[in-house]
Amino acid sequence: MSRKYSEIHVKRQAIQDISFHGVTALFAFLVFALLFGIVLSLFQGSLPAIKTFGWHFLWSSDWDPVQEKFGALVPIIGTLVTSTIALLIGIPVSFGIAIFLTELSPRWLKRPLGTAIELLAGIPSIIYGIWGLFIFAPLFADHVEPWINDHLGVLPILGPLFQGPPMGIGILTAGIILAIMVIPFITAVMRDVFDVVPPMLKESAYGLGATTWEVVWNIVLPFTKNGVVGGIMLGLGRALGETMAVTFVIGNAHDLSASLLMPGNSISSALANEFNEAVGELYTASLIELCLILFLITIIVLSLAKLLLLRMQRAEGRSS
Amino acid sequence: MMRKLLNLLCTSVALSLCGAVTMNATADTITGAGATFPYPIYAKWAEGYQKQSGIGLNYQSIGSGGGIKQINADTVDFGASDMPLTPEKLADGKLLQFPTVIGGVVPVYQLPGMGAGAIKLDGITLANIFLGKIKTWNDPAIAKLNPEIKLPALNITVVHRSDGSGTSFIFTNYLSKASIIWKTSVGNDTAVDWPVGLGGKGNEGVAAYVQRINGSLGYVEYAYALQNKIPYALMKNKDGNFVKPETSSFQAAAASADWAKAPGFYKILTDQSGKDSWPITGATFILMHTTQTNPAKATAVLKFFDWAYTNGDAMAQSLDYVPLPNTVVALIRASWKAKIKDLKGRPLWQ
Repeated sequence: MSRKYSEIHVKRQAIQDISFHGVTALFAFLVFALLFGIVLSLFQGSLPAIKTFGWHFLWSSDWDPVQEKFGALVPIIGTLVTSTIALLIGIPVSFGIAIFLTELSPRWLKRPLGTAIELLAGIPSIIYGIWGLFIFAPLFADHVEPWINDHLGVLPILGPLFQGPPMGIGILTAGIILAIMVIPFITAVMRDVFDVVPPMLKESAYGLGATTWEVVWNIVLPFTKNGVVGGIMLGLGRALGETMAVTFVIGNAHDLSASLLMPGNSISSALANEFNEAVGELYTASLIELCLILFLITIIVLSLAKLLLLRMQRAEGRSS
Repeated sequence: MMRKLLNLLCTSVALSLCGAVTMNATADTITGAGATFPYPIYAKWAEGYQKQSGIGLNYQSIGSGGGIKQINADTVDFGASDMPLTPEKLADGKLLQFPTVIGGVVPVYQLPGMGAGAIKLDGITLANIFLGKIKTWNDPAIAKLNPEIKLPALNITVVHRSDGSGTSFIFTNYLSKASIIWKTSVGNDTAVDWPVGLGGKGNEGVAAYVQRINGSLGYVEYAYALQNKIPYALMKNKDGNFVKPETSSFQAAAASADWAKAPGFYKILTDQSGKDSWPITGATFILMHTTQTNPAKATAVLKFFDWAYTNGDAMAQSLDYVPLPNTVVALIRASWKAKIKDLKGRPLWQ
């Protein structure tokens, strides 16, 4: 009796196991199928544009709905430049915040500061956009951009990057707003990985007379570099795809300009602006091809990050 | 927790299914989609009409381009567009087109100490500013039109629409008529390759940029400029007079147009003659299929607009739209009778 019971039990367990395995596998492959489906439908949707413009689409700065001539150069550059600015500002600031929170902050301050940063991550992007347009852009135009023009605009080689009418709206503003948006993401990851560094390692270094900076640079950072790079990539992912906040402050002009103070366009903001009213097959197809390009840029960036991590791990293997 | 969530999900799915079913089943709602510019007046007309007839209107302001797509895909009872379709395109899609209300596009600016109507412009100057040829406010071309005021040596920051829009269509149509260079190098469409300037999304986006930036010049719907108190420029019209954007000057432009000779009401009211005509005027249009598979629905749509032409003028004016002249409305009713038919070819409008 009891033997029979246990046999049934085992059988039932086996069935459960198999079905559980099947269901989870199904979910995982669903993601795969979805991804594949998206790429396929994007490709199919952009076929008319691909056929008409070919590779030329990638480096043409035309965007003329009347003549139906389209090119992706301006939005591609806009997306890459704003994201780069966001990271240039975001990485050092996030690093500083994370170090302060994990190493230097008094205990009673850790909690409220950490919560504040998490809250910042939860603010919807449209609010950053509205704030950027109505509060930040005017302040930036009146107080910062004239200074940039006078001091950075006169530099020998970098000068042209910083010359332009102080409108408060443009690539640089979009980059700064993006930086504010990615800082909480990068900080949160950096703080979490810094926290898992074994105290023994740090205390040993301190015991040997290392300064805080030396501990951070030689102990904490090497121990956590995978996580740090991961956090940066998370931030970059958000910056590349961010739409609403960028649309508000980037200026939405399909112009190629040397200056960061001039308006430009990013892929996602061009899509948000123009998709509704795009009339004609070629116009719509060109916008869908922009989607495809954004998708590819994201994949390339993520693969590069993975590659970087692999190389770092290999280098580690050699040095130890 | 899980069960609660599941319950909630089931109920909401059931509810939305109910909604879908009732929407399809009842003939007392007509649906339309398209231009954002006339949305407020369509909504107001719909409210008034529903009180009297019990028939409601579900209008989605998704933009003119969207309206054209939706009516071609036959997902709505009527489409709405600020950009009239050419007679050829109407024939291709088997569509009838008629105007509902008139509106104006006005150049708006932000200059220290300059209120509404302080600046005067003409077409060629406006085109040259939007081409980037005139770069500062104290340019001789602008100074010549405004001898009585001292213009600042400020840079002009041009603001245009970043999305495709009927407003841009009317505006670029006017610039094409005013400047041959604009016509050949940029052209006339709902979205164009703007030579200079910033792009704002929607009238509100342009207005926000214009109000934000010192020395800006943009264009918005008249009603939008009026309600938000943004300073607008006076324009020189075809007869050489400087006119103010207002109901009477839009009406003057509409009255001077010869609608009877425009097949499919394909008439763009920019740069009309007449001493009081506002030069950047345009009508907004409704699109319907000429052959109706659902005659009851189509008749309901026609009855709604018939009611609006008869009773809706005061409502339109209260929202700063300009009603059509009665002669035009008579032409529209005649076109309904002649063009809109059921599957057997019988006219729906008597």
